[in-house]
Amino acid sequence: MPSTNDWINNPLGVVEEMFGKIQVETLPHDSYNTVPSLNDVPLHYLKPNSLVKFRCLIQDMFDPEFYMGAYDTVDPSTKAKVLRCGKYKDVTECGVDLDSANMVTSERQTFYCVPIPGESPWVKEISSCARVVPSTSYVPSRQKRSYEDDDEDDMDTQPQAQGTPAAAEAQGNGDSKRQETEAPSGQKASSPPLDLNFPLPGEKGPACLVKVYADWDSFKLNDTMEVYGILSVSPALSALSDQSDTSSSLILDPAECMETAEELRVHSPPASLVPRLHLIHTQRLAHNNPLLPPAALEDTLASTLGEMVSVRAELLAYFTQLLLGDVLAAEYLLLHLISNVYARRDVIPLGKFTLNLSGCPATAGPAYTEQLYCALQQLVPSAYRLSMTLQNMNQLRLVPRKDYVANRLLSGALQLAANTSLYLDETQLEQGQLDPAGVRNITALGNVISWQKVDYDFNYHQMEFPSNINVLIASEGRSLLPSDCHVHLQPQVTPPNMEAYLGSALTAQSSSQLNKFRLYLTMARTLDYSISEEVTKAVEDDFVDMRKDDPQSISADDLHSLLGVARLLCLSLGQSALSTDAWSRAKHIETLRKSRSEPQGCLNGNEP
Amino acid sequence: MSSPMSTPGGKRGRPSNPSTRNEAATSPPAQRRRGQPSSNGDLPLMPTSPPTDMPDPLQDTSLFSSPPHLHHFLPSEVDMSSPLMYGTPSSRVDGTPRSGARGTPARQRPDLGSVRKSKQVDLQSEPSAADGAAAAEQPAGQRLVIWGTDVNVATCKEKFQRFLQRFIDPSSKEDENSCLDLNEPLYMQKLEEISIVGDPVLNINCGHVSSFDAELYRQLVCYPQEVIPTFDMAVNELFFERFPDSILEHQIQVRPYNALKTRNMRSLNPEDIDQLITISGMVIRTSQLIPEMQEAFFQCAVCAFSARVEVDRGRIAEPAVCRNCNTTHSLALIHNRSMFSDKQMVKIQESPEDMPAGQTPHTTVVYAHNDLVDKVQPGDRINITGIYRAVPMRVNPRQSNVKSVYKTHIDVIHFRKTDEKRLHGQDDENEQRLFTEARVQTLRELAAKPDVYDRLSSALAPSIYEHEDIKKGILLQLFGGTRKDFSQTGRGNFRAEVNILLCGDPGTSKSQLLQYVFNLVPRGQYTSGKGSSAVGLTAYIMKDPETRQTVLQTGALVLSDNGICCIDEFDKMSDSTRSVLHEVMEQQTLSIAKAGIICQLNARTSILAAANPVESQWNPKKTTIENIQLPHTLLSRFDLIFLMLDPQDEAYDRKLAHHLVSLYYQSEEQLEEENLDMAVLKDFIAYARSYIQPKLSEEAGQALIEAYVEMRKVGSGRGMVSAYPRQLESLIRLAEAHAKVRFSDKVETIDVEEAKRLHREALKQSATDPRTGFVDISILTTGMSATARKRKEEITAALKKMLQSRTKTPVMKFQQLFDDLRGQSETAITKDQFEEALKALCDEDYLTISGKTIRLAT
Repeated sequence: MPSTNDWINNPLGVVEEMFGKIQVETLPHDSYNTVPSLNDVPLHYLKPNSLVKFRCLIQDMFDPEFYMGAYDTVDPSTKAKVLRCGKYKDVTECGVDLDSANMVTSERQTFYCVPIPGESPWVKEISSCARVVPSTSYVPSRQKRSYEDDDEDDMDTQPQAQGTPAAAEAQGNGDSKRQETEAPSGQKASSPPLDLNFPLPGEKGPACLVKVYADWDSFKLNDTMEVYGILSVSPALSALSDQSDTSSSLILDPAECMETAEELRVHSPPASLVPRLHLIHTQRLAHNNPLLPPAALEDTLASTLGEMVSVRAELLAYFTQLLLGDVLAAEYLLLHLISNVYARRDVIPLGKFTLNLSGCPATAGPAYTEQLYCALQQLVPSAYRLSMTLQNMNQLRLVPRKDYVANRLLSGALQLAANTSLYLDETQLEQGQLDPAGVRNITALGNVISWQKVDYDFNYHQMEFPSNINVLIASEGRSLLPSDCHVHLQPQVTPPNMEAYLGSALTAQSSSQLNKFRLYLTMARTLDYSISEEVTKAVEDDFVDMRKDDPQSISADDLHSLLGVARLLCLSLGQSALSTDAWSRAKHIETLRKSRSEPQGCLNGNEP
Repeated sequence: MSSPMSTPGGKRGRPSNPSTRNEAATSPPAQRRRGQPSSNGDLPLMPTSPPTDMPDPLQDTSLFSSPPHLHHFLPSEVDMSSPLMYGTPSSRVDGTPRSGARGTPARQRPDLGSVRKSKQVDLQSEPSAADGAAAAEQPAGQRLVIWGTDVNVATCKEKFQRFLQRFIDPSSKEDENSCLDLNEPLYMQKLEEISIVGDPVLNINCGHVSSFDAELYRQLVCYPQEVIPTFDMAVNELFFERFPDSILEHQIQVRPYNALKTRNMRSLNPEDIDQLITISGMVIRTSQLIPEMQEAFFQCAVCAFSARVEVDRGRIAEPAVCRNCNTTHSLALIHNRSMFSDKQMVKIQESPEDMPAGQTPHTTVVYAHNDLVDKVQPGDRINITGIYRAVPMRVNPRQSNVKSVYKTHIDVIHFRKTDEKRLHGQDDENEQRLFTEARVQTLRELAAKPDVYDRLSSALAPSIYEHEDIKKGILLQLFGGTRKDFSQTGRGNFRAEVNILLCGDPGTSKSQLLQYVFNLVPRGQYTSGKGSSAVGLTAYIMKDPETRQTVLQTGALVLSDNGICCIDEFDKMSDSTRSVLHEVMEQQTLSIAKAGIICQLNARTSILAAANPVESQWNPKKTTIENIQLPHTLLSRFDLIFLMLDPQDEAYDRKLAHHLVSLYYQSEEQLEEENLDMAVLKDFIAYARSYIQPKLSEEAGQALIEAYVEMRKVGSGRGMVSAYPRQLESLIRLAEAHAKVRFSDKVETIDVEEAKRLHREALKQSATDPRTGFVDISILTTGMSATARKRKEEITAALKKMLQSRTKTPVMKFQQLFDDLRGQSETAITKDQFEEALKALCDEDYLTISGKTIRLAT
């Protein structure tokens, strides 16, 4: 049985050993934490052909490829044939006997994976702190250290690598260490013309080509997962490196003209920029909150359930402060943050709760909405602020589009992982004309809000991908986009210096307090929910009574949103079943909310 | 040699041949195809010599010097027509008129990989296997097979000729056989056609081969590279035997299609390599034409000796030494005299229907050769039959490692456009959606159930509560009527699509219904009236940024041809936009005259529109017309107009509440148990649409007549024409659609009954005259209810009478006349009514109106 250490340092050796026997690649379970992560560790510190993990989102799916699953190699000197395993490798051993009868062609699938878009800084920080530094993955030399200081500040806090280069060398199976000169270019995504295709502008981090060997149909676009695989960074993989010799020989290879230059560049980018990862194990992520590891979910759930009510009160107080003393708005904001599309009934997504927070003080300029976003970003694992300026709306690519020349899916800002908070800042919208692209972008946003779907543009047709994005719209008046719930902000305090006021509110929270909030929000989202027979009956009666009094007062849609609010209220209190109390509370806050909007003359706005 | 192929044309072997063979064989081993058991010797058709003949193929040049089959003599003649050939044809051909199998030049088939990929080394390195196989066969009566396969050329040829001569398919429904006699051997008629038309391509439906001889079919699918040339040979022998005098451009090539091996790109796997496959997809990109060298022509700079080298898997082994004068490195490539064939790269992508949810479509590279080049355009949906290939990545000579990945592509043998017929405007439904036997069985079982109609309608949008009749209406819309062609009698096609308008209060889940339908049908379009313009619906001309050419971009209506176009917020649409719908909704075409492009596009789309009433809330005191405020010309084109009104009833409220609450706690599985799966519903509709074409039965016809007469009578009681032929057509369509739901080929009385009921149900709500409470279809056809019309006539008559009584004063003031009339009349007359009456008289030339004065006509 291979040890954990073997798995991490020389996984190919382990695989080779297993090859020919039973083809089960199992990873010892206790080893997950010790595997170095591509998210935190710069690529040039990782040893080629070692086991790494990567927290990512599937951005694109390439065509399946056929590879040599098993092949014979012939030693040129001794003529001895050896059967080799081609799995988990990009490049074969020397001296392949292409005519051997032992050759097995197998199939694998390639996914283009990017780090989870919009991942909040605190998530990165915590998960990189939590990792155990593996002994052999760091082979730092002094010159590199200087690079690192420029690039990443937090590296200074990392403990120094304990492993000696010699030990690592001994374990490496002949793979040469990559030259340091590659490292800087590998780190800066912006330096070469290669577009790493991140959904959100300004993202950093490595993109990865993940090769999947089994069960690839179970993966879906935009899935988030943590992959464990063998890192492959052979320079031979770069498409451009072997272009030079083509002109010299008289070649009419069909493979030559099969792909355009763009396509080659996208599908075989330099391995130093986009490393290959041969998948051994995947862990689907329901959320990317590092405070709530999936393994310990049950325990954490039990221990914190009791605390939920008190944490909720604290969080509510915090939000009230942020929202200038408006308790009702704070309550709705809290409900919004724990909403989640938990099911779809034919086309209707259930559980979405788009909040339109209107009445954001405009006098303070963008400062208020910006600061509010910062506060939220500190609480949710991934978030993105889209400021709806005219320029952004006309120029940004929100909807992913297929580029047939390069044969890839060009990402857009709406290609987001589940439960990402999308913060639309409508206060930035100024007068002007939306061009056709802008209209399309607005329509796309509307589709996300109403149906939780994004129609990816495949040029000849559109394809619908379900989304699960929490949209929060901050606006001055009522938003031009639809929303499930519209709350007009009624500030109770008017601080003379908005920035200072919010700044102090932000800094007042200790990190342990923040962690508590973060844990709470993720927990509330994962709770189950049900409605008992009696409560169903009560709700029905209630509805019929309300209709009897005034049929205009409540429609089917109103009942829909009431039920939604009631559900979120229960979850926020840690209850998993609807109680009559929560029902009347939901009715109460809905009435309060509506009485606020009415003066503004917006009545029938709830139709999705 | 016992092989039947040591044969015609063999005399023409060129002396240079053996050497080229040898050179080709010495190409670097890495370039050789990988050995897989099925990949056979790529010498297509090289008859296996008895084992004694082939201990060492490399030396046995005699084997090659007498080219055993057509390909060996083709290079010399292939290119009569090619401008790249400068040699005089007569010097090579026997000079006589080209006819007969010998005279007609063969043509290379790059699609079959006649780019030779000889594998002599394999024969050598694994002689035991090859020999063993052949030797084992030997005693069993001269059974020779092509190396690596179990194909015996003679048997195969004989079988195929028998197939050609005997195959009859009386039940054939294929369009291309339309003018052939179905009781005669099908392919012999096709050969005859070839002799007349002179297009030397014979398309063979693999389904036919399979039903005729399963073994032959298996061989064809497994070893297409060997079997198809055998077929070629067989068909040419047969053809020239039968039509010895016909002259063809080149020898007949067999193009099989419809191999049932694979339908979906996603299911391609390593086992399909080198097999004949058929996949469907959509063309997304085509490359420029690539001239691919088939044979290189070298000439010695010293002695002008020429040598020809065939291209071997993309490589040319350049002869290093001139064999005539022994000068080294004196041979130069002469491009003009080399042979090229056309080649084009086509990229196809999975059709959206074939894809599992949440995945991106796969693409596959396809190579088209010779006359298949430029046969398809981006955007076409096609079925491709071809050979699946995997090529190892080119080895970098400087690197010892090999990329362990293969490149895959398909060498296409046959293209078939799935939407070809749509372009010709003939009958469609050519999207042969394949249903498995089991699936068809389930569907038929479902259709046989007595309550299938109710089941299906309740499976439609289960999350939307009630509105049973509306769901039924939409269900019938999904099925559609039978398409009828009356173009012979001058009326063109009859619309088969059912159009529906939903009109109702906000918040009655109209949008959800539309979204649901849009998601259900494969070719649905969803637009909102607010955001769409006339061009967005129809088509617009734009300059292609790349080619600078003007191109026609089609809009939602054209894109949803054969589908459903869902238009939300129909009332918010501008009038000009709405007016384009007139043609679409009755003639089912779209005429465009823009930027010099004048055309008529098919838009056989059903329209499902949703509109809010004018006052956003339905005003029960007004008619539908007044509430919807749509031109009646448009309204009459809707087969069904449903009102979605809030019933405001306690029992209803209770049920609604229960339904909604249950949405929030029922688990996914629970709901699925209760309702039919959406996929089943989809398949059911697709199956019924493509396979069921119900016709009216005698009784149904009678019932329809009665229903129509009844509808007319309702109005005629008050002396009005109330139903128009359009309503009769609607009834027929609905009855047909209902018959489709039952999978019945005949429209029966029950179908008519349901159509009548639904029609009445919809109309009862939408055309109830608020003043009389009667059902009144004339509201829809004239925009005015019968009582309103009657009233107008009364007023006009009264006004005329009044005017007649005072002929002395031919000029009157408007206001004064109005007051006079009001004073005279017993009922209240509004100003509008008065104006209408005036206008009616004006139309009769009884008076003229100028400003506020009225002048009697004299």
